Formats: sequence, structure tokens, C-alpha cells
Amino acid sequence: MKKKKIFEFVGFFALRVCVYFVLAVLLLFLYDIGSKGGGVISWEFLSEAPRRGMTEGGIFPAIVGTFLVTIVTSILAVPLGMFAAIYLNEYAKQTRLTRIIRLSIRNLSGVPSIVYGLFGVILFVNILRFGTSILSAGLTLGLMTLPWTITASEEALKAIPNSYREGALALGATKWQAIRTNVLPYALPGMLTGTILGLARAAGETAPIMFTGAAFYLPFLPQSLSDQFMALPYHLYVMATQHHSIAQVRPIAYGTALVLLLLIILMNMTVVIIRYRLRRVKKE
Amino acid sequence: MENNVKIQAKGLNFYYGNKLALKNIDLVAPGNKVTALIGPSGCGKSTFIRTLNRMNDVIPNTRVEGEVIIDGVNIYSPKVDVVELRRRVGMVFQKPNPFPKSIFDNIAYGLRINGMKDKRKVEQTVEKSLKEAALWDEVKDRLRDNAFSLSGGQQQRLCIARSLAVEPEVILFDEPCSAIDPIATAKIEDLIQKLKRSYTVVIVTHNMQQAARVSDYTAFLMLGELIEYGETPRIFTNPKNKLTED
Repeated sequence: MKKKKIFEFVGFFALRVCVYFVLAVLLLFLYDIGSKGGGVISWEFLSEAPRRGMTEGGIFPAIVGTFLVTIVTSILAVPLGMFAAIYLNEYAKQTRLTRIIRLSIRNLSGVPSIVYGLFGVILFVNILRFGTSILSAGLTLGLMTLPWTITASEEALKAIPNSYREGALALGATKWQAIRTNVLPYALPGMLTGTILGLARAAGETAPIMFTGAAFYLPFLPQSLSDQFMALPYHLYVMATQHHSIAQVRPIAYGTALVLLLLIILMNMTVVIIRYRLRRVKKE
Repeated sequence: MENNVKIQAKGLNFYYGNKLALKNIDLVAPGNKVTALIGPSGCGKSTFIRTLNRMNDVIPNTRVEGEVIIDGVNIYSPKVDVVELRRRVGMVFQKPNPFPKSIFDNIAYGLRINGMKDKRKVEQTVEKSLKEAALWDEVKDRLRDNAFSLSGGQQQRLCIARSLAVEPEVILFDEPCSAIDPIATAKIEDLIQKLKRSYTVVIVTHNMQQAARVSDYTAFLMLGELIEYGETPRIFTNPKNKLTED
């Protein structure tokens, strides 16, 4: 009896230590970025272009670029991913072919982002002749995000009990009516969560955009989708490793990292808010 | 009985993959009567009742042979519109399955998907259906509450009201009381007795007493075969087949 209790205590203690350790690493990381980047952030830093060989000025073009490219990404990945998931989960017969397709999609989400970058250069930049542009980079990131949105959306659909579907069908609903009115409304919070998390990941990617459209430095903002652009993650990469005086621009690199981090936290917060609101609507 | 046939199964076979789950079933459910299907678990009674509104269509790798004739039309004929069939042949499931909506919207759901737009008419039908399902007095002041706030027995009566709202001719009950306490069960049995005035009822139950209490005709199934079928009092007092007696 006593042995059991000791075992219980040690077990719980070990689990707790794991949590604290993870938390500590995270906080240390946030503190490091926050303390070193916080001082640089000002209205000028956020609203002005880089100056003097990127040793002064702000990161406004990079914020705009990341914003624009994420919009292109979501236009490709969100509807396509959701509809593909609806088809896979609700309509497709569960044959060997669909199992292979599903497995392939899962595997695609594990492909390194640099590989997507290379594929984007070949498909969008060269074959489709979109050039190195916001369009090419956004579509490349969209392709990279698709497996995530499909998988997340499918999981969300799977979580809806079959009795909702059967109950609707038994009342004389068509299959699409049952899905649209009695499955999708309840799956949507989950679908959106997975999708926005995927987009947030895409917004922070460097490798897929460095070949397909992100620029080292541009003196002007992009005017159309076929222009090159600056982006936060790539700017950070440049400031941290490619700049001619890395030590001098270190604070700018930290500031960029902090802004990128805040942007992604903002996106994840949106997820929380959307879920909360949809859940409340459902309860009413 | 012969001139009052509502549903007739003729040589019905049903397969899950290669497994034969229903063997050559011939069965008649008369109109405005309650027909009960009894038998041990896994005997195919739920499978059979789901063939009557083609609910098995949604299960992959299944196959039907033979005919189910409702009002003289084989419902497995390619000309039949499954969606319209399911409106005419309602179903109440084993576990109460209210939708995560308000009590009112649960009932109105079926009306809306079938194209009823007039708000007053929807309200009237909701009230009428809830009264028919003997639930109105309990919920009339809380129609906007979520259906999950109801007790299990109330939820099941809500599901019955939901089926009634779309004005079916037949209602199928698939073990409607298996997840419900005895008092709530008594209420639902009472209700089923009343429903047969306006509807044809088929009920699956694993509870012999329930079949004896509510039904006019009883069919006994075992291992996918129809062992015996007849008027309920005769099946229970004077079974012809040794298996039924046990």
C-alpha cells in the first residue's frame, strides 16, 4: 500500500517537472526575444522602410509583404482545404484509393518546407511564369498549408456524431442539406482552428518564399501581385545571417523576430475568439 | 388484415459485405397498427427496420436483394426518390439524438429543410407536433432552451415530435426505450399506442414485455431469419415454434 503511494507521488512529480521544464524554456525564449527586441519597437520601426543599407529605419515593407502573401495563401488553402476535407470525409467511398490519398496528404504535411520552395520555383515561377512574386510565394505557401487544412478539417468533421447526419437524413434531408445544415455549422470552429494555425505557420516560413518571391531589400512597397516583396521571416534571416554588419543590426533582427512572434500570437488569438463566439452562438 | 397492407417485405436479403444479415424475410406491417420486431441481439431486427426507410444505404459495402413494398411501390426501385421516402417513413433512433439547437429549432429543422418558410405555419406545426408527442406542457415555456437541457426521456419524445412534424405516414422506432428509465419508457409506450391512430408504427425492441404491451402484431427474428409472425396475443400465448416459446 505504501509502495503504491510513493510510486504515485514520484510519478506525478515527474510529470509536473516535465511541464515546468517546458514552460521555463518557453518563458526564457520569450523573455530573450522580448527584452532584446522590445527596445527597438516604436511607431517609426513599424511604419517606416529600412534606411542606410538596412542599418536604420523600420520594417514596414516586410510587415506589408507578409500580410499580402498570407492573404494569397489563405485564398488558395482555406476553401480548397475545407472542400477537399468535406469530400473526403462525407462523400468519398472508403476504398483503397481514398486511403492512399489520405495517407499521401498526411505525408505531404511532413515534407520539409524547402522542398515546397523548390517545387514552387519550378511550377509557379518557371512553368506558369508568375515570376518571383507575391503570387508565386503565396501559392507555394498555400500548397504547403493545404495538407494541414485538409487534415484539420477532416478531423473536425469526424468529430461530429453520425447521429446528426442520420437524424437529418431520416427527416428527408438530402445529403448536402444534412451536411450544410447539421454538420458544417458544428464542425466549423474546429475547421477554422486548424486552418488558421496552418496559416500562422505559413506566415512564419522562410524557405518556401526565398526562392519564389521574397526580396533582400526593396525601396518601395509592392504594387501588384506580380511584384517581389519583403517578408518578416526572410527579413529576419537576412538580418541575422546575410547582412554586411550583422552585429550592428542585431537589435533590428530581434525587433523583427518580436513583431513576427506577436503577429502569429495575434493570429492564434483570433482562433480562440472565433471558437468562443461560434460556441456561444451554438448554445443560444 | 390482407386489405390493410402498408408495408410488405418480399424475399428480403441483406448483406454486410459478404455476410448475409437478413435471410429471405417475408413480412407484412398493416396500416394504423403497431408491428413489433423482437429477437436476441444481433438477430437483424435493427438492420431490417433500417431497410424500411433505406437508412442502410448510407452504410458502405451493403447490399439489398428482394423488395420492400410501401403503398404498392417497391421502395428499392430506381424510380423512387429516397429523400421523399425518408420524409414519408420517419425514424426514431435507439439513442435520443436531438440536434444541438433549441427545442423549437429541433422540430422546425425538418420543416425548414422541406421548404416551409411561413413563420406562423412553422410555429403552429412545432406546437402541434410537441402536443402530439405529449411534450408540449413540459417545454412550452422554454422552447428557446437547448435541447440537451432536457432529460433523456424528454429528448426521445422530442425526437418523436421532430419526426411527426414532417407529416410521415410510417414511423419506425429502433429500440426507442433502451437508453431511458422505466417511467419515461411508460410514457413513450403510451404515446406509441396513441400514434397508431394516425400512423403506421414499426418498433424494434429487445424487451418482450414491451412488445406484448404496445404491439398488435409481433415478428420474432433470430440469426437473420423470421421465425414466427402473427398477432401479438397469439405469439405470446400460443407460439407455434419452439424457438419463440423459449
